[in-house]
Amino acid sequence: MRLKDVSVSFNGRMAVRDVSFDVPDKRVTALIGPSGSGKTTLLRALNRLHDVTKGAKVEGEILLGDTNLYSREIHPTLTRTRVGMVFQRPNPFPTMSIYDNVVSGLRFSGIRKKAVLNEAAESALIAAALWDRVKDRLKMHASSLSGGEQQRLCIARALAVEPEVLLMDEPTSALDPVSTKRIEELMSELKNRVSIVIVTHNMQQAARISDLCVFLLMGDDGAGEQIEVAPTQKLFTDPVDPRTLDYIQGRFG
Amino acid sequence: MTNIGDLPADPIIERRALIQATARSSLARRNLVSRLMLGVCALAFVVAGAVLIWIVALLISKGFHWISKPFFTQDPQTPTVFQQNNLGGIRNAIWGSIVIDGIALLIAIPVGLIAGHLLAESENSFANAVRKTTEVMTGLPSILFGIFVYEFMIIKFHYRFSGILGSLALVMIMVPVIMKASEIAFRAVPHSLKEAGLSLGLSKGVIAARIVTPAAVPGLLTAVLLAMSRAVGETAPLIWVIGNNYVATWSPYKQQSAIPISIYNGLLGAASPLQQDYAWGSALFLVVVVLFLNLGSRFLAAFLRRERH
Repeated sequence: MRLKDVSVSFNGRMAVRDVSFDVPDKRVTALIGPSGSGKTTLLRALNRLHDVTKGAKVEGEILLGDTNLYSREIHPTLTRTRVGMVFQRPNPFPTMSIYDNVVSGLRFSGIRKKAVLNEAAESALIAAALWDRVKDRLKMHASSLSGGEQQRLCIARALAVEPEVLLMDEPTSALDPVSTKRIEELMSELKNRVSIVIVTHNMQQAARISDLCVFLLMGDDGAGEQIEVAPTQKLFTDPVDPRTLDYIQGRFG
Repeated sequence: MTNIGDLPADPIIERRALIQATARSSLARRNLVSRLMLGVCALAFVVAGAVLIWIVALLISKGFHWISKPFFTQDPQTPTVFQQNNLGGIRNAIWGSIVIDGIALLIAIPVGLIAGHLLAESENSFANAVRKTTEVMTGLPSILFGIFVYEFMIIKFHYRFSGILGSLALVMIMVPVIMKASEIAFRAVPHSLKEAGLSLGLSKGVIAARIVTPAAVPGLLTAVLLAMSRAVGETAPLIWVIGNNYVATWSPYKQQSAIPISIYNGLLGAASPLQQDYAWGSALFLVVVVLFLNLGSRFLAAFLRRERH
C-alpha cells in the first residue's frame, strides 16, 4: 500500500496533512505519536471508514497494488474486504455465536457453501491462536469469551475475508498485559499472511513489534503532520528529527 | 501571651466550621422534611394502587361469572320469553378483533419498524420534520383517525362500513407509535457494531438487516407489544367505520364488531339491565388480554436480555 499526500479534514478543519509513505508488504508498520496527532484519523482513511462520517474529506492517493482506493470506480465495500480493521474495544456481534461471528464477513457477502465457510473459519481461528480454545464451543455466544479472547475473535473475523492489509487501532490498549503479550506474539506470525498497520500510543509496543515506524505530530494549526518515517531500529536509536528524539525519550506524550 | 504557632485565620478552616455547625443545627428540621416527603410519596402510591385495585376488583366481581364457554363460542342472542337469561356470547366481537387487529398489525409492524430504522439513520431536515410529525400524531385523540377514515373512505369513496377500514384507522394510530419506539431501540445499538460490519466490507443494507436489527430486538419487541396493547383497546375510531354485526364472520370486507365495541354496545345500546351487566364480561376479558400482552412483553424482553450475557 502506498500513501501519497494524504490529507483528511472534517468540515474544513484539517486533521491530518500531507502524509506520504509506503506500507511495506508482509510487515508491521506502526503509526506512533502523542494524542491528537491524527494517527487514528489516518488509519481510518485507509479503509474508507470516513465515507460514513458527514463532512469528512480525504484528499490524496491511497494505492493498493495498482488501484487508487479512492477512485470513483471503486466501491468502498469492496475496498473494505481488501483492507480489514480491528478496533480498540473488542466488538463481536453480540447476537451471534463464535462461528457465526467469524464467518459473518463471508456469509453476508454471499458465500454460502458450508465447506468453504468451515475451512475459512478454521484457518482464521488458527491464525488468531483461538482454534484450540473454541473448536468445541463454536456454537456458543461470542460474549461468553474473555476480553482478550473476544479481541482475538475480532481478529479472526477480520482475517476470514482474507484481506491484504489489516489495520489495527490500538488493539491491546483495552486489554490486560497477558492478553496484550499474546496478541503481540500473534502479530509477528500474522505478518506472514497480511500486511499490518497498527496505531499505538505505546512506544515500547511499537519498538517490540513493528518493522517500520511513522511518527506523527500535531502541527501549529491543529493538523497532524508526518515528521519522520524510518525502520523501527533506526527510528529508536538514531532518529533524524529532534522532535522524534524528544518523543522517544518521553519528553512529551 | 501569644502562642508561637499563631497563624492568620485560615478561610478554609473557618468555612468548614461554619458548614459543620449549620448542618448540625438544621439536622432535625431536615429529617422531618424528609420523612414528610416520604409520607407524601407513600400516600400517592396508596391512592394510585387503591384505584387500580378497585377497578380490577370491580371488573372481576361483576364480570367473572360471565366467563364461560358459551361466552367465547356464541354470537349475541336476543333473550326470549323462554330463555330470558340467554344472551349468547361475544364470539362476533372476538373474531372481529382478531381480524381487524391482525390485519392492522401485519401492515403497521413492518412499516413502523422500517420507518423507525430510517429515522434512526437520518439526520437531515426532512427526517426531523417526519420525526416531529410522528410525535404529534402519537398524541392525537384516536377518534380523529376514525373520523378521517370515515370522511375519506365512506363519504368520499362510498366504500361500505367494514372491518378493513377499522384496520386502516388502527394502522394510522400504530405506525407513529412503533416508529417512535423503534427509532429509540435502533439508536441504542452501539456504533461499534456498525463499524465492525463496515470494516468487514458489508453493505449498509446487510448491516442494517443482519447486524443492527438483531441487536435491537428487545427494544423492538417492546415497541411492537406496546402498539398492540393500544390497538386492542381502541374503541372510538372503530365505532366510526366498522359498522356492527351480530353474527361472527372472518371477512374484513363486511361489517365487523370488536371487543371494545361490544362493551360500548353493552352499556349504551342495552335494552335491559341484564345486557348492561353483560358488558362487564367483555370488559374483564379485554383487561386480561391487555394485561397478558403487557406482562408478556416484559418477560420476553427480560428473557432476551438475559440470553446475551
